[in-house]
Amino acid sequence: MKKRFSVGRILMYAVLLIAAISFIYPFIWMIGASLAPMNEIGTMNLFPSHPTFSNFKTMLAKIPITRSLFNSLFVALSTTFLVLITASTVGYALAKMKFRGRQFIFYVIVFTMSLPFQITLIPNYITMINLHFVDTFLALIIPFSVSAFAILMFRQAFQGLPQALIDAARLDGCNELGIIFRILWPNIKPTIITVAILVFIGSWNEVLWPLIVIRNENLMTMPQLVTLFAVGGRADAQLGVKIAAAVLLALPVMIAFLFFQKYFIQSMASTGLKD
Amino acid sequence: MAASKKWLPYLLVSPYLLFVVVFVLFPVLFCFFLTFNKWNIIAPMHFIGIENYRHLFNDKLFWLAIYNTLKFLLLHIPLQLIVSLLLAELLNKHIKAKSFFRASFFMPVIVSGVVVTILWQQLLGVDSGIINRLLTSIGLAKVGWLVNPDIAIYSIAIMATWKNIGLYVILFLVGLQTVPPQYYEAAKLEGATRWQQFYHITLPMINPTIFMVVILSTIGGFSLFIEPYILTGGGPMNQTLSAVLYIYKQAFQYYNMGYSATLGFFYALIIMTVVILQKKFIEKEE
Repeated sequence: MKKRFSVGRILMYAVLLIAAISFIYPFIWMIGASLAPMNEIGTMNLFPSHPTFSNFKTMLAKIPITRSLFNSLFVALSTTFLVLITASTVGYALAKMKFRGRQFIFYVIVFTMSLPFQITLIPNYITMINLHFVDTFLALIIPFSVSAFAILMFRQAFQGLPQALIDAARLDGCNELGIIFRILWPNIKPTIITVAILVFIGSWNEVLWPLIVIRNENLMTMPQLVTLFAVGGRADAQLGVKIAAAVLLALPVMIAFLFFQKYFIQSMASTGLKD
Repeated sequence: MAASKKWLPYLLVSPYLLFVVVFVLFPVLFCFFLTFNKWNIIAPMHFIGIENYRHLFNDKLFWLAIYNTLKFLLLHIPLQLIVSLLLAELLNKHIKAKSFFRASFFMPVIVSGVVVTILWQQLLGVDSGIINRLLTSIGLAKVGWLVNPDIAIYSIAIMATWKNIGLYVILFLVGLQTVPPQYYEAAKLEGATRWQQFYHITLPMINPTIFMVVILSTIGGFSLFIEPYILTGGGPMNQTLSAVLYIYKQAFQYYNMGYSATLGFFYALIIMTVVILQKKFIEKEE
């Protein structure tokens, strides 16, 4: 069965290579175009003959993009932190404690996961107004601070741990929070990483909700600011400037992906592997 | 001590209970209540009975938006399935540089939809777009990817598929790895061709993954928003107006909160019905 160089194999590599190019080429082109002077954009050249940062300079002068980068970071990190805490306590109670209504709560969680967001969009906006959250980071963090998906992931992870671990900690006089975060957490690192990546990326990439609850330009998240920049007239139809904004928005996630590729892929794959 | 033990689990689940009441239960009930009212946020609400629903059924634009979303799904779902299954099948063979291919397919998945949309806006341009340049260089005619009302929604479907394929390739890879290799060996001994193996072994074995992909891309497709918002604003001639974009516009451009809530409520019912029907169909197949 030694047919290393059969026609089929060459065809196989050809298909994969064409696919890979079609996924990567646009990103490389984008980076090249962001560095190109106005008259060179829109050519097939990957890299401009006279690279310049003028597109980035124009963009920096027009919109508070660095500020929005820190806004996005703050929002995504806070959301991730809160989700990890709430998913741990709720997941632990559901996995390792017996109490009335446990099964009911579990069903509610599964049900809320399948509820389309379109139904809660307008009422949640009204809630934000009533809580005076509009134009504060709270509007971007609090509604995402609890995640049904994360709870189910943590519940499953805790279920896989032996009860003896918990009993031993209790005998040592450890309270429940200590058990969760000091004794059990070190044993479920893959779940923590998975949930953290998913929540962080989800929060970082969210656009519709920020468009609704944030109007103050200084509080906008990066994707929101770039979106409004792209659809509004402020890019003055200057392609390069628009693309430079997109590059800046893509870069942090792309760099993180290059370093933690394996975790990213595993995490995203687990979104399809519920229960 | 015993008493504190009793309420402890409830204390631990309290963040979730609070969340569900404030951000799920209340909104669903309030949404239903809003559907019977006319409200622009500033002036007081007033009760108008089923007027919103009557308006919804006669609202040509809303049904056009639903129709557009369905047209989008009709190309998006099959394309997604076929291409990602093909690529996963190829990656599942003993090939070199597997992780390079996997990572390159995955790149668009993790990047914001905003980036992908701005990028494709350049690729799909009529005169300066790379795709049209490629077409004209091999002697074909230019295509009005985003300006031709008949094809704009399909261009968006292709773009959305391109963005998500990497995720589904990974899901299919996981599925393909659950097929025991002995099955293929036995089939080979029986003289089955590659295609026969794929059709009679692979497809039935990865059925659950296929249905999962269908359901995930249905739910994702029904929430189509940012792509038409940035690319076309719903045009040309409202042919890329998606349902979510229309709901958004009703609420935040025209401030028809009651009517927008009605659209959201009704649309959520449509989505749930479609997903439940898909699940029923799956269980029947299995």
